[in-house]
Amino acid sequence: MTLSATQRLEIIREKTRPTVNDYIPAIFNHFTELHGDRLYGDDAAILSGIATIDGTPVTVIAQVKGRNLEENKKSNFSMPHPEGYRKALRLAKQAEKFHRPVICLVDTPGAFCGVEAEKRGQGEAIAKNIAEFMTLKTPVISVVLGEGGSGGALALAVCDELAMLENALYSVISPRGFASILWKDPAREKEAAELMKITAENLVEFGVCDKIIAEPVGGAHNDPSATAENISDYLIEAIGRLTKIDIDTLLENRYQKFRKIGMFTEE
Amino acid sequence: MLEDLFKTVKDRFNAEKSETEKVKAPEIPKDLLFKCPRCQSVIFMDEFEKRRKTCPSCNYHARLSWKERLEITADKDSFEPFDEKMNSLNPIGFPEYEKKIKSLQEANDINDAIATGVCTIRGYKTVIGIMDSNFMMASMGSVVGEKITRAFEYATENKLPVILFTASGGARMQEGIVSLMQMAKTSGAVKRHSDAGGLYITVMTDPTTGGVTASFASLGDIILAEPKVLIGFAGRRVIQDTIKQKLPDDFQSAEFLLQSGFVDAIVERKGMRKALSNILRLHNYKKQSDSWQHG
Ligand SMILES: [Zn+2]
Repeated sequence: MTLSATQRLEIIREKTRPTVNDYIPAIFNHFTELHGDRLYGDDAAILSGIATIDGTPVTVIAQVKGRNLEENKKSNFSMPHPEGYRKALRLAKQAEKFHRPVICLVDTPGAFCGVEAEKRGQGEAIAKNIAEFMTLKTPVISVVLGEGGSGGALALAVCDELAMLENALYSVISPRGFASILWKDPAREKEAAELMKITAENLVEFGVCDKIIAEPVGGAHNDPSATAENISDYLIEAIGRLTKIDIDTLLENRYQKFRKIGMFTEE
Repeated sequence: MLEDLFKTVKDRFNAEKSETEKVKAPEIPKDLLFKCPRCQSVIFMDEFEKRRKTCPSCNYHARLSWKERLEITADKDSFEPFDEKMNSLNPIGFPEYEKKIKSLQEANDINDAIATGVCTIRGYKTVIGIMDSNFMMASMGSVVGEKITRAFEYATENKLPVILFTASGGARMQEGIVSLMQMAKTSGAVKRHSDAGGLYITVMTDPTTGGVTASFASLGDIILAEPKVLIGFAGRRVIQDTIKQKLPDDFQSAEFLLQSGFVDAIVERKGMRKALSNILRLHNYKKQSDSWQHG
């Protein structure tokens, strides 16, 4: 049975939905966290480091949803500041140097909106990630785990393949924001969620999502380890496949993946 | 001073009316005056136009239509447009979207929120893009994304520089995820142009925000901005609601960005052609002709 966007929205808001803190130990081995952007600071909204999966070293860059208020305060509810995106880029460049595939785990309502974020160039940080990931000479795989919110998600989602957990949503703005801006009525959130076409199935149709990873019935929280196994199986398969493609072809395919998205006519 | 101004307006206004329809209240017709959104001062529209739509009190550089911008930027008759017949489809089936686009196309004499093409500036040939905030706040959807991408691809192929006058409310939400993907698509084309050694100059104009700031607008080799314009990622109201305190007036202004290190220089409208042609010259682009005309 296909669930509606609203039903999926409820599932991903489930308090016990697994986060990267659950998935990373279940999917990877030897995870070694690396901190800081070497420019300003260390952003706890992004957890990053090197690990192995099926014996292959990879760089992992993950957005951290907290499992409780305390964790969320620490990770700023998974809303990165510019230094978070710059840390991600530093680690991505490091991965390129050492020929490690990059795995991005996306789970954010969006980039943080605040005075300090503006002062330190939130727009520039996201823009640079998008441009640099486009030509990063190593395979990049992004998996949307829950919420993929706008530019804040895209900064970790310029990739060779984008996978989404079955109930994950990925959108240009939150349904609430959409309703509030276009209809001046945030209460029409559910209507917006249905209209916006933000489920994994919708995004496959738009050519944005390449793979839907199954969740247990009712959602990932019903069986986190089974969900982790599904993610792991997909990653192992995708890494094996993408590392076999020569780098020029890989980058051309990555460029074309985004190049072809757009809906218009020409007389 | 303000009172004098209103009196003069009233006199002018009355002079245009016949004796029989005397105006009782000092009603000021809006199209006779410009009220500056930055400093609230008021000037006559014809003076404002003469100053190329800049505020005499605070030097705010107001928004221009794509035609006005082209006219003050490009050499006379040098502009050759690209992709004028591209029409947006309706990716998520947003109610009345096509209708809205159609009426804006008619009102603004353009197919979407950006004009692209080639032109010369003081004899230097360049690819140019001008966003027009009259068209759905110059938000970026499929057509804006495709036109920018093609402009960069053309420039890469023909070894030309690119100058973009940015202005935007951000991604065009009415196109859903497709609009978000335009950020990746345009940035990819910018990156390829850059890797091929091409020069890209961004001129940030009022307002440059959201997904446009978070993509191609922030990727210029050289980023210029007009005085007092709004530049930022998040909306002012969103930030204000988050921090629950009033923001300083100059927050997210061109001057604020200059100070934070995200803009190379602030350039006034009257000196823009000179500044741009100078930068082109400094990058060894050759003049096409010495006989250019302007205005
Ligand atoms: Zn003013």
